[in-house]
Amino acid sequence: MLSKRLIACLDVRNGCVVKGVQFEELRNAGDPAALARRYNSEGIDELVILDVTATLESRRALAVTIRAVSRELFIPLAVGGGIRSLQDAEAAIEAGADKVSVNSAALADPSLITTLAGRYGSQAIVVAIDAKRQDETFAVYSRSGSTAAGREAVEWAKEAEACGAGEILLTSIDRDGTREGFDCELTAAVSQAVSIPVIASGGAGTFAHFLDVFTAGRADAALAASVFHYSEHAVSELKQFLASNEVPVRLH
Amino acid sequence: MIALIDYGAGNLTSVRKGFAAAGAELFTPAAPDDLARATGIVVPGVGHFNATAALHDGWRSAIGGALNRGIPLFGICLGQQWLYEGSDEDSDARGLGVIRGRCRRLPPTLKVPHVGWNSLEMRRPSRLLEGIAEGTQAYFTHSYAADITDETVATTTHAAPFASVVETDQVFGVQFHPEKSGTSGVRILKNFVALCSRNA
Repeated sequence: MLSKRLIACLDVRNGCVVKGVQFEELRNAGDPAALARRYNSEGIDELVILDVTATLESRRALAVTIRAVSRELFIPLAVGGGIRSLQDAEAAIEAGADKVSVNSAALADPSLITTLAGRYGSQAIVVAIDAKRQDETFAVYSRSGSTAAGREAVEWAKEAEACGAGEILLTSIDRDGTREGFDCELTAAVSQAVSIPVIASGGAGTFAHFLDVFTAGRADAALAASVFHYSEHAVSELKQFLASNEVPVRLH
Repeated sequence: MIALIDYGAGNLTSVRKGFAAAGAELFTPAAPDDLARATGIVVPGVGHFNATAALHDGWRSAIGGALNRGIPLFGICLGQQWLYEGSDEDSDARGLGVIRGRCRRLPPTLKVPHVGWNSLEMRRPSRLLEGIAEGTQAYFTHSYAADITDETVATTTHAAPFASVVETDQVFGVQFHPEKSGTSGVRILKNFVALCSRNA
């Protein structure tokens, strides 16, 4: 049976891992390569390196960081942040990324998804969607959560799939950094609307939150940063917890 | 040296890194004739089956010649699918045909593509899977998969079982990505490298 994936996110700024609380108040959490090594030894299923400031400051994800992290790890590595073109994707993939994640640039021009999928295959293209509750719907935001994109999350996920996206990385802006739990309603709404995998992100604080998002939230994978960063053995203990609750996971 | 055929179907950086960890530097043949010096051949690949059209007749006959010399052949993901007679993904495209059977779309009862870690269920002893325990998980990302035939040494189930590892005397294939499957994946690459070293 296909396992539910646990994905560690390394939010990177100037080569250091930081973690935002609702995308602001960035604080330092360590060296990306050292963290990646630790996660790998604990049995993390996948890594995401997100250059959190790249879009706003028009910087590309740091190839040096990608190289350092990918050199010794044999699990999938996705890179996002500031990927606006085929050339940006190529730089990340040449440096060692298996997947690239696009967000603002795909909102501005969805054909970018098709172009990237045509070159590298859909399996290499993740469309990141940052969504915020607005009345009864989920509004999509771009540029690191700063700008309303004028789209609804479920509809945008379906369009992204049609354009060639291989996975959706869905972040709840309301929950990001709060440790109050994933937005299971948002995740389930998107996951049921598309046939590609949906990675839930934003709000992980306890092991029970992961169980919730894999059951009620229908997530295929769950992504977290701080819940893994600050505690040793969190990944292996979380997997044991999920396995004991009949969620299929890869045990080391 | 082991040849890694670059026919434009996806990025090969990870495959090279995986084989480097398995103790082998791969060379990329510029033309089919370069396979004359290969001790083993790796056909990687991601994406649509029609990408294998780039493995035109020149490559086909050079690979056939290498097989006649006893050189091991290893197909990864799309490369494994190409070992079969064909795929429903592109009924006009021809596979290499060294393994009987076809590739078909995974049943729609679960999410397709099948993305993530799933387990290997062994059917019989395998040289490629030496040291790999029953139930070991590997990283998959695909929408089509091969029929289970006599050559299938391990299966994986996503809605229905499919051939995740195939093996004959000389031909090996995995539907998953060993270069992305942790230490077990690197072990599988090492096993292939060892099978090739007899030809060095």
